[in-house]
Amino acid sequence: MRFLFRPPAHEAAELLSLPWDQPLEEWDEQLLLEVPQRGISRHVVRFVASGRHVYALKEIAERLARHEYALLSHFEEEGLPTVSVLGICVDRPGQQEAILVTRYLEYSMSYRWLFSSPRAEHSAELLLDTMVELLVRLHLAGVFWGDCSLSNTLFRPDAGALAAYLVDAETVERHPTLSAGQRRYDVDLARERVGAELLDLQFGGLLPEGIDPITTAEGLPPRYEALWEEVTAEQVFGADEQQWRITERLQRLNDLGFDVGEVELITSPEGARLRVETRVAEPGQHRRELLRLTGLEVQERQARRLLNDIVAYRAWLEQKTGKPVPEPVAAHRWLAEVYQTVMAAIPPELAGRLAPAEIFHEVLVHRWLLSEKAGRDVGTEEAARSYVANVLPRTPPEVTTPSVIAGRATGR
Amino acid sequence: MASIEIKNIVKQYGDGFPAVNDVSLDIADGEFMILVGPSGCGKSTLLRMIVGLEDITSGDMIIGGKKVNDLAPRDRNLSMVFQNYALYPHMTVFENIAFPLRLAKMPDDEVRRRVTEASDVLELKDHLERKPANLSGGQRQRVAMGRAIVRQAEAFLFDEPLSNLDAKLRGQMRTEISRLQRRLGITTVYVTHDQTEAMTLGDRVCVLRKGKIQQVASPRELYEQPVNLFVAGFIGSPPMNFLPATPKGDRLETPFGEIVLDQKRAAAVAGHDLLLVGIRPEYFEDASLVDEAKRPLGSVFTARVDVTEWLGDSQFAYIPYEAPESIQTHLRELSRELDAEELRTQAIVSIDSTSRIREGREAQFWLDSRKVHVFDPETGDNLTRDAEAGAELTRMATQDRVEQIEEVRAASVGAA
Repeated sequence: MRFLFRPPAHEAAELLSLPWDQPLEEWDEQLLLEVPQRGISRHVVRFVASGRHVYALKEIAERLARHEYALLSHFEEEGLPTVSVLGICVDRPGQQEAILVTRYLEYSMSYRWLFSSPRAEHSAELLLDTMVELLVRLHLAGVFWGDCSLSNTLFRPDAGALAAYLVDAETVERHPTLSAGQRRYDVDLARERVGAELLDLQFGGLLPEGIDPITTAEGLPPRYEALWEEVTAEQVFGADEQQWRITERLQRLNDLGFDVGEVELITSPEGARLRVETRVAEPGQHRRELLRLTGLEVQERQARRLLNDIVAYRAWLEQKTGKPVPEPVAAHRWLAEVYQTVMAAIPPELAGRLAPAEIFHEVLVHRWLLSEKAGRDVGTEEAARSYVANVLPRTPPEVTTPSVIAGRATGR
Repeated sequence: MASIEIKNIVKQYGDGFPAVNDVSLDIADGEFMILVGPSGCGKSTLLRMIVGLEDITSGDMIIGGKKVNDLAPRDRNLSMVFQNYALYPHMTVFENIAFPLRLAKMPDDEVRRRVTEASDVLELKDHLERKPANLSGGQRQRVAMGRAIVRQAEAFLFDEPLSNLDAKLRGQMRTEISRLQRRLGITTVYVTHDQTEAMTLGDRVCVLRKGKIQQVASPRELYEQPVNLFVAGFIGSPPMNFLPATPKGDRLETPFGEIVLDQKRAAAVAGHDLLLVGIRPEYFEDASLVDEAKRPLGSVFTARVDVTEWLGDSQFAYIPYEAPESIQTHLRELSRELDAEELRTQAIVSIDSTSRIREGREAQFWLDSRKVHVFDPETGDNLTRDAEAGAELTRMATQDRVEQIEEVRAASVGAA
């Protein structure tokens, strides 16, 4: 047998003792982790926990495994929203297929569970926007998916919105750029698959009333076209409006969740032509800022939310003490006095249902709702208590992230 | 259903490399056309231009009499079969086939009619109300085919659909696809690098090399009257043997003795120095097992056998031979181009399974000289190809196909 893996090597080393010579289907249940929420797969897929990490193992033909391993590795380096690949095991005895190992995307949900959460009412809209954003990002990078579906995507709640990740790259083709035909075809495939998957949920009685699979799926192509147009369109305008037009365009792209790599402005007597080159990587400005200030690793929208709370806290501190408080000091105190306090309020049985930063975001939303009702600011601590008692338990236990389940089993 | 006309199609990438170079091909309504060749030959690019995934640099793509160069994939009404294998667990088999029509908001009675019709062809009728969980591998693939059928597309397109299946399922699916295509009489374009798939499935096979068509013909014509060394080496398994040959009057001198050529072929090779003679494995036999009546039609030679492989119903013997360096270089180049293992200077010959020829010993072989071809090693051209005989083989295949389709169409009119 042969193992190919990407550093850090200690993770892979922990997995070497698994029975790779046996068919995945026959592995001892003791070794496996039950992950209740997952999509439909035509391959054998199993989950294992090792150390503090959880991995997804997929049995698949060697050619495809090597293809997927190489692609996912590149995607990760480029910062595309995909799962992270650890390695592959090939040359297994008895002509067995290869196994592809990916890191489980913590706090992610399959689409089946999005609709079971208490926030399900807007989920169809959110879902479409998220899928479309993912497709546009991949297409900008020259990635033809060939099998864009809800099953092949994982979703992470991100401060009231969702972030989508590609989890299956079997059919993916990489090109320098995509033709219009390739993009349209990929979108057609996505529309059909999303429609079928929603119909399937409806047949299973798992889709909330009021979400129509056909209408929802039909919404995908126009949304895609609109976003693609906004992200890639060349703009022409008069020289006098140049400045605010550029600012407006860049702001709009940021709002849509894209970073701009390069701006090209070609001026002529008739006016200016503006072309922007959009970065394919997920935006990370707020994420990096929060990491620098607090050491917390969260998603982009969550980071923006938390940074805003730090700003508010700093203002409050300055008002209370009557003197300026440096940013790092404020962030440090916010972490200990606000963030950790909220986290400490979560009882162990509810841990892992949502990412900590997402819980914090929801507590802030809850605080606003309670305050509005009470006609006064109820404060974060009270909001956290009420949230933990009344809101968090409504998130189904099945979405608990596997590393927390694994940690419970081993007493960690 | 429709014909597909490919007219002088060129696909040039940014770096100027022509992936498809002036390809013209007419695919008749109801025909099963195979695009085959080693990797990089342009077969997938050509298919993608039919589908609309690749822009066409120049030339015309005409489907059902309509130019489609600038149409979006969806508007070409073609069906990529097996594009979606996913089975949806809460939906019945019926709904698993019907959903593309549901998404197109087709009225219920029309959905029912089409799915019932498709399930008849696919022999899934008894499973329609079941959930897909317990379907066999083959049945699952048939559900995927059902989705393509109910759309009533102009043509079916397959892009190496069997390459990721295990050998057993691959064989099974090959039969299913062939049967289905015949029953539906739908125009089909099928891309593969596997010459066995090409030979067993296609009405006609288009062999491509470096973006150019080498030959378009029925499997039998390709096999018996290949146009050049490339086609001759690509089609057939085990492959054709190529031996150095020097013409001398009406004879060829080869490492396996002299081969007598008929007048026509002798004239075709006259004036050449060093040539390659191509002999398929089954043109050989253990000389002791050849009918007296047949014996004069070929030549007998003695050679030392390196290895024999007994397979029960057949047997192969491997016979090494000497070849000059220039011929060895040509053979090496050819095998590289064919994505094949290096052609060694040893012949693979098929002998009767009862033959007692043994490894490491000298043995007498008979060689049927009627069907050998002679190639120019420099140009690769087949000097002894009989174009008329080849065309006749393809004409016969076309006639078979037309008759079959007429039968199918008559039957469906009768049923309606």
